[in-house]
Amino acid sequence: MLKLSGKNIIKLSVNNVVREVAVRPSDILAEVLRNQLGLTGTKIGCENGDCGVCTVLVDNLPVKSCLMLAVEAVGHEITTIEGLSDTPVQNAFIEKNAFQCGFCTPGFIMVCRSLLNNHPDPDDYTVESWLQSNLCRCTSYQEIKEAVKKAKDLR
Amino acid sequence: MIPFDFEYYLPDTLKEASEIFVTLQKEGRSPLYYGGGTEIISMARVMNVTPGAVIDIKKIPECLEFGINDNHITIGAAVTLAKITASGIFPLLGLAAGRIADHTVQEKITLGGNLAGTIIYHESLLPLLISDSSVCLQSAEGLKEAPVPEVFSGGGLRPGELIVKISLEKKFAQCPYFHIKKSKIEKIGYPLVTVCVLLYDNVMRTAVSGLCHFPLRLADVPLDPDTDEAVLAENLVRNISAPIRNDASGSADYRTFILIKTVESIIRELKQIKKDKINA
Ligand SMILES: Cc1cc2nc3c(=O)[nH]c(=O)nc-3n(C[C@H](O)[C@H](O)[C@@H](O)COP(=O)(O)OP(=O)(O)OC[C@H]3O[C@@H](n4cnc5c(N)ncnc54)[C@H](O)[C@@H]3O)c2cc1C
Ligand code: FES
Ligand code: FES
Repeated sequence: MLKLSGKNIIKLSVNNVVREVAVRPSDILAEVLRNQLGLTGTKIGCENGDCGVCTVLVDNLPVKSCLMLAVEAVGHEITTIEGLSDTPVQNAFIEKNAFQCGFCTPGFIMVCRSLLNNHPDPDDYTVESWLQSNLCRCTSYQEIKEAVKKAKDLR
Repeated sequence: MIPFDFEYYLPDTLKEASEIFVTLQKEGRSPLYYGGGTEIISMARVMNVTPGAVIDIKKIPECLEFGINDNHITIGAAVTLAKITASGIFPLLGLAAGRIADHTVQEKITLGGNLAGTIIYHESLLPLLISDSSVCLQSAEGLKEAPVPEVFSGGGLRPGELIVKISLEKKFAQCPYFHIKKSKIEKIGYPLVTVCVLLYDNVMRTAVSGLCHFPLRLADVPLDPDTDEAVLAENLVRNISAPIRNDASGSADYRTFILIKTVESIIRELKQIKKDKINA
């Protein structure tokens, strides 16, 4: 049985690169990504699972990284917004101006990427139920919906 | 940030999990079984729980069981709500699970965590309360099986008891069903009332969350085409003896009104389904 206590060196595979980090078992994945790996594209907002700005992909599925311990991520593939540079989803958000301040954008892009990987041609109900996991204070919802449609066509 | 340290254990077997729980408990370290961790992390952040150790059950094979065998459906405690919904294995449970928190959080919340957690709604319990489901529990004394209502509508889990898996007969997953969740404003949110109904053997089985401080199963009702649905719904709801919640999210009168109207509409639809079947 694996037991971790105090600080431990663990290996995390992030954006297809294996990185070593020193963590306590109670360290949250979102903070380790930002503070130890410098991947500050993942944002932290509510820290309570409500806003979705901390969303990353774990084995291709969206997970709110404020609700995941870093030690739970060992052995899984993590994708952050930095891993989606110049992809159809990112380009669709730019083309459709699907942001204003941009704080929520990484979270939305992660969900959108996973949605289209798992449902290449999603119906409106599926799009809504996946994207309802994220909040946009600037209310760019209409443009975000258009970006999802655009991303689908660009793939 | 979680402002304190705890130890992390990842047992490979049920026996290891229950033994380490007992050891840590004896040492005064307030261990917690760890499923999806969503409730433990959000509560630990504000020091509402302060475990000295967490025991992650996501590597225990029995807790990951998921499938149909010999007309029995088995769902391990560490299976996520999103996986249950996507599989279609028990459509009513899939609907209930698909309205808990939001889709991304459903990728992390486990069935065991929703059943055992301290948040009062336990919406995934409703389909299990009305489908003769049983629960397999591991403790220091070993494995035992019990009817779901006996554990979750009774005294709850005993200290150190681990939910291993849920099982039910496949026939209950094939009955006509309804799931209606009414929240105060948004689609995502805690329920004012959530109602789950199964029609089995022409009897309507109903379970409700949000109304009282715990989910409950209402009286069974034979579906008689001649009964008035408004009278039936009113009687069913007025017979609830537990105190109805009365707070800022919804007064007791409002919750009761919503429940009566919801049950009424379900009875009406069930009667219609029956009529259509006869006419077909
Ligand atoms: C953002 C958010 C929104 C929510 N909305 C809803 C909602 O709309 N409706 C609703 O019903 N609930 C809702 N919840 C509550 C939620 O379903 C539970 O609290 C869930 O978070 C717990 O699942 P988990 O697997 O993450 O459990 P954990 O956080 O891992 O554990 C929660 C508790 O259960 C215990 N536990 C976990 N697994 C087991 C097991 N197998 N055996 C014994 N004990 C166990 C743990 O020790 C702990 O005490 C919401 C929670 C969040 C974070
Ligand atoms: S910071 Fe994770 S959901 Fe808000
Ligand atoms: S663009 Fe500002 S929060 Fe969404």
